[in-house]
Amino acid sequence: MEMAANSMLNTLKRWLLLDLLDGLWVTFKMQGTGNIATEQYPSDRPKVAERYRGAPRLNINPENNETLCIGCDLCAKACPENLIVVGTVRNKETRRLDLTTFTYDLSRCMFCGLCEDACPVDALELTQDFEMASYTREGLIWDRQMLEEGPRPTQYTR
Amino acid sequence: MSTQPVNYLETSELVLNMGPQHPSTHGVLRLVLKLDGERVKAVECIIGYLHRGVEKIGENRTYTQFAPYVDRMDYVSAVANGLGYCLAVEKLIGVEAPARAQMVRVALAELNRISSHLLWLGTHALDIGAMTALFYCMREREEVLKIFENYCGARLTTHAFRIGGLQYDLHDTFEAEARAFCDMFEKRIDEYEQLLTKNPIWVERLRGVGVLTAEECKSFAVSGPMIRAAGVNWDLRRAQPYSGYEQFEFDVPVMHGADSYDRYLVRVEEMRQSVRIIRQTLGRIPGGAILAKVPKVLKPPAGEVYVSTEAPKGELGYYIVSDGSQHPYRLRVRPPSFMNLASLEKMAVGALVADVVAIIGTIDIVLGEVDR
Repeated sequence: MEMAANSMLNTLKRWLLLDLLDGLWVTFKMQGTGNIATEQYPSDRPKVAERYRGAPRLNINPENNETLCIGCDLCAKACPENLIVVGTVRNKETRRLDLTTFTYDLSRCMFCGLCEDACPVDALELTQDFEMASYTREGLIWDRQMLEEGPRPTQYTR
Repeated sequence: MSTQPVNYLETSELVLNMGPQHPSTHGVLRLVLKLDGERVKAVECIIGYLHRGVEKIGENRTYTQFAPYVDRMDYVSAVANGLGYCLAVEKLIGVEAPARAQMVRVALAELNRISSHLLWLGTHALDIGAMTALFYCMREREEVLKIFENYCGARLTTHAFRIGGLQYDLHDTFEAEARAFCDMFEKRIDEYEQLLTKNPIWVERLRGVGVLTAEECKSFAVSGPMIRAAGVNWDLRRAQPYSGYEQFEFDVPVMHGADSYDRYLVRVEEMRQSVRIIRQTLGRIPGGAILAKVPKVLKPPAGEVYVSTEAPKGELGYYIVSDGSQHPYRLRVRPPSFMNLASLEKMAVGALVADVVAIIGTIDIVLGEVDR
């Protein structure tokens, strides 16, 4: 008797498509604007974390536009891949090292952050920029000018 | 007309190459299967497609410089790899990380265990044919990776720890993020179990598949969830506590079926226990220094050290021989996936081809770690 009632109920359920509606309810629940996970990338840029380790930057002093780098070569020594080359020349008057060239080979970089940890004056920094693609391998070898200005990816707007 | 008799009952063995680009081999594992119909007669496991010579690289890097490379072995659980390496070098130079660093390490390592198990559960279920679980798992894994990104700036190859402690102090919102994750995640585990645990297809595909008894596990040096599913209560966090694991209350899930289904249950329960450990760290993380006094130029005394930790996949060991210079003389990694993969042949011979997929999934391998 109970079994018959159960099968009646199941048949009724199937007739009224209750299971289907149950499944569709999950779909409809996800339609709210709060549930959108897709990022419309080129027009809407994702916001990466504050500590994100992205494109390197060689900081310049905003007051006098001079580089903060003191040419100590510690970043080059810290780098596991030996991809940083610091060129300096001894300034006769101040007896200090003046930075001439700075090369950073992004094609071999694994963004471990050891160079920025090593920097005693916070001149070298891994920034939140993440658009570093290049059509050539040479384009990934950044010179001092590129490191100071940062990458300039194409800006797309809606 | 050919006079040759047609033999319709040709019963020769078929040699089938599975991989290295097969999606269910989880990377670049190549299996040479010798098949008799659907039955597997022999399995040959060919590895090395992802070999990068990590151990040799270690001999040419200083101790500090090698830390980012260990993240790239088991890239699914980079934090656990970093923890093992840092502990090994700390033991070599006789330094202990400060209490705050140890607690943070435990919290992050357990978050990493969850993310690793989630990826395993999702891909394993996908191999078996349950696609929904993958999307659910990836959704929650994303939350863990966001916490990692906020903490150290990278999601996968984190390089979160340094020798002697941490480089980055906890970000302000860490506790809130981790607590929100724990609250959300416990309900989500129930959701996965609702999808899979009693699912007749899931049970049929896993129950009794890939049986590896406790004795066989020991003889193959299998560790981690696989040996715990065979009834051996062996968890290095409990057996040889490191990084302050002895302060935490957690259960070591042990099952006795020794098959794929029990390994699934062990891993799901481990995720619950990880949530429990993370909850215990929250609000209890002591203040103070995050980095012990470690010389800038590391020259450990000559000697050797072996430190093993309980990575998500099993016992992860680092054996370092130092000759007193800046570089390790020899660096050997005992990867859990590699050891566990060795038992594949034992499990797969006699099984069906479809079961081989389930067996590879249940071992939970990462080829970056197998090949190194």
